Amino acid sequence: MKSSVITFPGSNCDRDIDVALNKFGFKNKMVWHDDNELPKSDLVVLPGGFSYGDYLRCGSMASKSKIMKSVINFAKSGGLVMGICNGFQILVETGLVPGVLLRNKYLEFICKNVFVKVDNKENPFFKNLDKDVFEFHIAHNEGNYFCTNDQLKEIEDNNQVAVYYCDNNGKTSENFNPNGSTSNIAGVFNKEKNVLGMMPHPERMIDQCLSGEDGSIFFKNLINNIK
Amino acid sequence: MRVSAIITLKKDVLDPQGKVIHQALDGMGFKDVNEVRQGKYFEIDVKENDPQKAKSLVEDMCKKLLANLVIENYKIIETQ
Repeated sequence: MKSSVITFPGSNCDRDIDVALNKFGFKNKMVWHDDNELPKSDLVVLPGGFSYGDYLRCGSMASKSKIMKSVINFAKSGGLVMGICNGFQILVETGLVPGVLLRNKYLEFICKNVFVKVDNKENPFFKNLDKDVFEFHIAHNEGNYFCTNDQLKEIEDNNQVAVYYCDNNGKTSENFNPNGSTSNIAGVFNKEKNVLGMMPHPERMIDQCLSGEDGSIFFKNLINNIK
Repeated sequence: MRVSAIITLKKDVLDPQGKVIHQALDGMGFKDVNEVRQGKYFEIDVKENDPQKAKSLVEDMCKKLLANLVIENYKIIETQ
């Protein structure tokens, strides 16, 4: 299975996701933002970081970079695209997934482990997962998911919420919402469910010695789903 | 020709920075403030000299890049 990770100026989780993808069997290629053509891929990942120094709005400049035209075409033709953290911010700026990510409610950069609940397994990313609650890492300043009430209704009606912030038992409530996100939303899909944007970093949970194994479960399952 | 654009957050979008600025002003003794909302201001020098055309060019820029219309409004405020 082939994957591509896009590196923007200011990306800093591109190497981490590269390690994670290779570890679980993807043949990954790093792709520079200024390239025109996406290599043949089964999965494209927009990594975390601070693309273009978060100028203007997080992800806004990166969403207009050259390679994104190919990524948008790839997504629109049904290709799997995953944006993590800054990658999620880039995805909302392209309009591929709905909503926006505002500054965290209490204006603090948050860097900690959180639990998230997978809401919908009818999609290539989460299909066949045998558990619902995952411990992932978050590290962001602008992760406060916001959408209009009309958008929220549409997102919920179409089962587009990918993951919610929750406690270790999967209970979602405001107490477990780290950043003020609307309805505890930590990640969303596009309507067709082939584009996933989420704030948590599964690639930081792929080694028991360093962190945890919930990311390993996610990536092992993902490559099996794509095969 | 110079065209300016002001980008503001829509009314129902939370503006935590504006809130903190409001609190700071309050602490400094500015007690007569109802609300503070923070926005962005752009001055764009365009090659176009026709005011209408210059404005509509900047409006296009606002729609496509400078503002995110999910959360922000834009106003083209002046031409010189």
